[in-house]
Amino acid sequence: MAFGGNLPVSLRAGCPGLEVRDQREELIPYSFDGTAVLQQLPAAVVFAKSTAEVASVLRWSSQNKVPVVTRGSGTGLSGGSVPVSGGIVLCLSKMDKILEVDSDNLTLRAESGAITAAITEAAEKAGLFYPPDPGSMKISTIGGNVAENSGGLRGLKYGVTRDYVMGLEVVLSGGEVVWTGNQCVKDVAGYTLRDLFIGSEGTLGVITQVLLKLIPPPAARKTMLAVYDDMEKAARTVSAIIAAKIIPCTLEFLDRVTIHCVEDYAKIGLPRDAEAILLMETDGYPAAVEAEAAAMEKIARANGARSLQTAANAAEAAALATARRSAFSALARVAPTTILEDATVPRDRLAEMIRFIQEIGKKHRLRIGTFGHMGDGNLHPTFLTDEKNREEMHRVEVAMKEIFHKAVALGGTITGEHGVGLAKKEFLEGAVGRLNVEIMRRIKQALDPDGLLNPGKIFNPS
Amino acid sequence: MSSGETLASLDYSILQQCMHCGMCLPTCPTYDATKNEQHSPRGRISLMRAIADGKLTPTQAFGKEMSYCLGCLACETACPAGVDYTHLFETARAEIEQAGALANPFRTFLRFLTLKFLFAHPRLLRWVGRLFWLYQISGTQALLRGLGLMRLFPERLRELEPMTPNIQKKFSPQLIQPLEKPKGSVRFRVALLTGCVQDLAFSDINRDTADVLLANGCEVVTPPVQPCCGSLHAHNGDPGTAEVLARKMIDLLDPFSLDAVITNAAGCGSHLKNYGRLLRADPRYAQRAGEWDRKVKDIHEWLVEVGFRAPRSEIREKVTYHEACHLCHGQKITQQPRQILRAIPGLELVELPESTWCCGSAGIYNITQPDTAAALRGRKIGHIESTGAGTVVTSNPGCHLQISTGLRLRGSTVRVSQPVSLLARAYRKELPGGRPPQGSAAGGARNVRALAG
Repeated sequence: MAFGGNLPVSLRAGCPGLEVRDQREELIPYSFDGTAVLQQLPAAVVFAKSTAEVASVLRWSSQNKVPVVTRGSGTGLSGGSVPVSGGIVLCLSKMDKILEVDSDNLTLRAESGAITAAITEAAEKAGLFYPPDPGSMKISTIGGNVAENSGGLRGLKYGVTRDYVMGLEVVLSGGEVVWTGNQCVKDVAGYTLRDLFIGSEGTLGVITQVLLKLIPPPAARKTMLAVYDDMEKAARTVSAIIAAKIIPCTLEFLDRVTIHCVEDYAKIGLPRDAEAILLMETDGYPAAVEAEAAAMEKIARANGARSLQTAANAAEAAALATARRSAFSALARVAPTTILEDATVPRDRLAEMIRFIQEIGKKHRLRIGTFGHMGDGNLHPTFLTDEKNREEMHRVEVAMKEIFHKAVALGGTITGEHGVGLAKKEFLEGAVGRLNVEIMRRIKQALDPDGLLNPGKIFNPS
Repeated sequence: MSSGETLASLDYSILQQCMHCGMCLPTCPTYDATKNEQHSPRGRISLMRAIADGKLTPTQAFGKEMSYCLGCLACETACPAGVDYTHLFETARAEIEQAGALANPFRTFLRFLTLKFLFAHPRLLRWVGRLFWLYQISGTQALLRGLGLMRLFPERLRELEPMTPNIQKKFSPQLIQPLEKPKGSVRFRVALLTGCVQDLAFSDINRDTADVLLANGCEVVTPPVQPCCGSLHAHNGDPGTAEVLARKMIDLLDPFSLDAVITNAAGCGSHLKNYGRLLRADPRYAQRAGEWDRKVKDIHEWLVEVGFRAPRSEIREKVTYHEACHLCHGQKITQQPRQILRAIPGLELVELPESTWCCGSAGIYNITQPDTAAALRGRKIGHIESTGAGTVVTSNPGCHLQISTGLRLRGSTVRVSQPVSLLARAYRKELPGGRPPQGSAAGGARNVRALAG
């Protein structure tokens, strides 16, 4: 798909006023995203400032058959926004305005380059709540969140990005602009096309505006930290809490390797002989929170928690959450290369999956720290390795493959919140089956017949 | 970094430590201003790595990019993986100078004048400082400004003139004896570093620092002539001179004979704690340099560590605190200056929005990148005014000057001071006639100590 002429010159002529960058020093910083190891130099980087500019880029791309990779802040963890050779990077970081907070309809409309944390703040300012909180929310863009259908720590109770998208403005391949969805809570007029674009990783169209649902914020919150000698007991606690008809907003765990790394790094007095630490949080109406917290405490003790602390105030709650909040930083410091995965299994298979990951680590002589969202079965096995050690990297690949196969065998999935991108496309068919991938290809073919939008991501062209 | 080190010869794992997660982006003032990755820590590291990998050479564009970086180190605070950006930044700037990527005759002359001449010869620097003082005190400055004659000067000079610091009548050696003993028993023996800009523009703050140390039982050793710490050199691509100056400093003050080496300038302190890395390859100095790093203490850090005495007299003032980058990011000292301020009776401390965001001073950044520096200064002044405080305190001469200039240009009445000066003032007020205190007072004195952990 090599472009015949001078690409930047043609692009500038085709899209007057567009900011086009093509010097080597300008391209290298856009040759990767947040994913380890993957890198590819684009032919140009363009910064769109309006939907019209995005449309002009896609029109030019169709006319000239040049692939386009859309990008927000490039924090993705599956290579979804890694450039395509000879293609252009369409960066939306400069389309970052929050356009409207509508307190009557409980919605927020923003350009797709708006930072997730800015959306959270804007909602808070209006006395409302936007729950999805992906780990990179301080810099991730809402468009990227929608395109990857990002999750976060509150998934169990509040769901993921998809659950808050009411409408989207999308630029289609060729440059047409479409709005799908509206401010109506109920709307069954035809296919729900917006759902097609959520999690499509930039392969079906370019999201330029999002209309989000907001909810009233919880009035109270209670935080607890439980320590276990056995991962099984922590998992049983989680199952028992849910069986007791309590849906906590947070049920996060750290395994032994992660506990050790956190203690080495943050020195907060975690017990090094513990097998699991569980951070639990319930929020909502104050009286309900009190009752739920008391019940959760009782359940945790009944299921073998070695110790349990309950925060009396916000400062203590923050202190208890330190271990979980430091988990990724602590792991990332241990080795030159950190690979964060997100295999996910049904809740009741979680302890089994964690045990399997620990065995795989031993078998392949790898350091793997696992932490994550116990409430929704979303694990983050984190490989602490060195990309320059090719032999070890090979073992990492083999181990990863075994972990994904196991997750699927347990009724789980290869990715809970990071997306497929480049990193996991070889596992997709194994996870969802041939026909599902085939349908995805047909949809892609219908919306992007020339295969110009983020080609080669999620699955290979047929 | 030691001289001769290049991006390619650097321990590769320092570059690799960046996992390009992007968490540094929202804390980087130049990314914030441009929304372009090239002007972000992650982008800059990717360029450095490309050079280390032989995929890019230290081009002029790379040189310009590294000049555009403030070196504020906010990215180090934000980095989950603990990337040593200081080391990378200094190595990159040194490589740019070695490659001559930005060289032109005027720049080369200026670099020689400042790095190799003025800031390598402390006596000469004081002499030049004296000339500036004459210019200011004689009325020449007022006359030029008053008659609008500055218009006759070249534009760059006109832009820089308002930033010239007010030079003090007396420099540090005229205010501080080489050895001063506290009144009571000696708890610690410490050296006081008087700095370069600090000495010319803020020798009174050095005096305040000595007073505060004396009031807390420290015997203070202050050599009248001290070399520049080399921070300016290390940050501006001259590691060779930085090493020479580090050796001179260690020769002057043997760290093994002192309980602490005290610095009150954040930019100096951040670099002074890096002598171990700078001289690690020098067998004659490596051990002493390691000890030196352990002994260097920022004044606030030291006061809280030894449990400073809370003053008894009041300072009724509403104060806000601007955190110098090289204190909060470079040395991770954030709570101690606040603890000192809160220990002063009557003082109301109001938090400054974006207190850790760079004010644009950034060493010589306000000279090399005046537009960005002015924008950052404006942002900072706006936040200071929003607090309603009558005084803003900070603890770095660069920030002090930058903020003073900003407030003056705005016609603001907000005063600029430093935590240690307010503490010294409170101690002085305890004494009849406000004489400098000597030794720690007895009876009912409350000691303030850092909370464990």
